[in-house]
Amino acid sequence: MTEAHSNGVVVLEDVRKTYLMGSEQVHALAGISLKIEPGVFCAIMGPSGSGKSTLLNLLGCLDRPTSGKYFLAGNDVSKLNDDELSELRLKYLGFVFQSFNLIPQLTVRENIALPLFYLGWDAAKSAARAVELAEMVGLGNRINHKPSELSGGQQQRVAIARALANDPKIILADEPTGNLDSATGEQVMELLKSLNESGKTIIMVTHEPDIAAYAGRRIHMRDGHVEYIENV
Amino acid sequence: MFKLERLRLRQNIELGIKNLMLHKLRSSLTMLGIVFGVASVIAMLSIGEGASKEALEQIRKLGSRNIIITSIKPVEDRQAAATTSFMSVYGLYYEDEQRIREAFPQVVATAPIKLIRKEGRLFERALELRVVGTTPEWFELVKRRIVAGRPLLPRDIDKSSPVVVLTEYGARRLLATEETIGQLLRIGRDYFEVVGIVQSEEGGSSGIQMPDQEVDAYIPINVAKQRFGDIFTLVTSGSREMERVELHQLIVETATNEDVEPTAAGISAMLQRFHKKVDYRVDIPLALLRQAEATKRTFNIVLGSIAGISLLVGGIGIMNIMLANVTERTREIGIRRAIGAKRKQIVIQFLVETVVLSTIGGFIGILLGVAIPLAVTYLAKMPTVVTLWSLLLSVGISMSVGVIFGLYPAIRASNLDPIEALRHE
Ligand SMILES: Nc1ncnc2c1ncn2[C@@H]1O[C@H](COP(=O)(O)OP(=O)(O)OP(=O)(O)O)[C@@H](O)[C@H]1O
Ligand SMILES: [Mg+2]
Repeated sequence: MTEAHSNGVVVLEDVRKTYLMGSEQVHALAGISLKIEPGVFCAIMGPSGSGKSTLLNLLGCLDRPTSGKYFLAGNDVSKLNDDELSELRLKYLGFVFQSFNLIPQLTVRENIALPLFYLGWDAAKSAARAVELAEMVGLGNRINHKPSELSGGQQQRVAIARALANDPKIILADEPTGNLDSATGEQVMELLKSLNESGKTIIMVTHEPDIAAYAGRRIHMRDGHVEYIENV
Repeated sequence: MFKLERLRLRQNIELGIKNLMLHKLRSSLTMLGIVFGVASVIAMLSIGEGASKEALEQIRKLGSRNIIITSIKPVEDRQAAATTSFMSVYGLYYEDEQRIREAFPQVVATAPIKLIRKEGRLFERALELRVVGTTPEWFELVKRRIVAGRPLLPRDIDKSSPVVVLTEYGARRLLATEETIGQLLRIGRDYFEVVGIVQSEEGGSSGIQMPDQEVDAYIPINVAKQRFGDIFTLVTSGSREMERVELHQLIVETATNEDVEPTAAGISAMLQRFHKKVDYRVDIPLALLRQAEATKRTFNIVLGSIAGISLLVGGIGIMNIMLANVTERTREIGIRRAIGAKRKQIVIQFLVETVVLSTIGGFIGILLGVAIPLAVTYLAKMPTVVTLWSLLLSVGISMSVGVIFGLYPAIRASNLDPIEALRHE
């Protein structure tokens, strides 16, 4: 491990992601180097098609770069196999999606407890933890409801609670307020902000300046490159 | 680590049951294929087993070292008899027995049988009897238990004694008991002393040896010949037929199982020389036994194939539903993978679902499969045997059907790209 990434929870070195569309190469990421220190609230911004989601998927270990290096909490992600990537996600990451992505058949409590199932927790312990998290996001009275019985904002709060269940180092959010009205979106952002204040690293994709304003660092992307970085 | 995996298996089963419960109708319809598949395996095997067991039992009773030669009326005679007052002469001769004994040293015993229909009267009771003229050796060959008194003995033949042995069944019909021994049974115009009662043959519909549906009276063969002769008049629906038959059947016992077939071939060749017409049939219970066993094997193969096909259909049904299930739950798979589920865990999750489904189906199938033979036995009076191995086999099969047909959809689910899966609508 070099000095450069010893103090970053996320370190990218000239990361490229190239898709082949027929015979044409699409450079979704065209050489990105950046470092995100623990406890940073970071927004990724940029026009549609600039590679924000591609970058977030890479950071989330859902994908591997075509070239370049990615270190997550000191692990060289590009060298890991599928199982090891899964383990890394389970250990270090929590996801929040634009479309909430709760499992419709499961109750709020069961959805929140999902990461604990893969961590091998026993049922009673994980149920207790799920209830605790539901209370934390203000949904203690909804634990036995199905996602379809909740409003969008409530669903996103459940998703955040689920992302917290494994006590991750980083929370990755792809347009978490994209499907919410501005008032509800603000509630969700307040929740993320308080999580950041309690020490979580948050990396969030958005193209709304109001939402990006919650972040201390804003990475602006264009055509697969980092255009510039704003620090507040 | 091991404990951790086991824990997840239990949770996976709970999860699987929960998912199946979400689609109760779909799950039960999917299960039906397995239910009927397993039920048909068990039911068919038990009916097959019952039928063949009965057949084998009957054949075994005839003795595996025996050759049975039966007189049959030649075809030509059958047609002639219908038109003219023709007397048909056919069947085994008294000398055939002697000839066989002399020609084949491996023959250890022979028992001739001569059948005569006569009215019998014991006290006030009169019944149509089937008089069986035979020798003491018959009782040794068929191994009937003596219920009362004694069987025929060599001295009965030597002295041409007018004695009769009844079967249990015949005795019951004639209202004869142990007390009857020593009493006189009138057969035709002659009187015979009842000396013993032997056990009836059970069941019996083999057609080779006479079943005891009739009131049998066993008398010494020489007495039968003296008193009743060899000519019989059959009265059938108005027409009278005359027949001359010396022996109706000859049972030959050989020393070993290996002797049976060559001896039978030798006897056939010999009889051919002495009989102008083919008025006899040579049966080998051992061969019949082998044949029955081969038939049973074929039967099992056929049943097995039918059951296999129905299980295959059941399995394909499961696979079809599970593929639809995987497509329907693509997003869920993406979510689970994003959270940190490994491919293997997705495989297990979906596999557990199909195995739970097919195992429950298998157990319902067993209940049904055991109930069907019971109903068949009760309603059709057919013997059935539900064997333990058929139960184990079907549980095993149904579980493997779950694994085999669940594997492909499960692997397909686990191979979904998480990013693609999350985007799935
Ligand atoms: N699986 C893929 N196959 C081919 N090209 C892809 C794939 N995923 C992304 N791309 C391409 O990579 C580029 C970046 O896509 P990406 O989804 O990262 O954009 P984005 O910044 O998230 O846009 P938006 O704001 O619309 O969500 C686009 O040109 C897109 O067409
Ligand atoms: Mg995007």
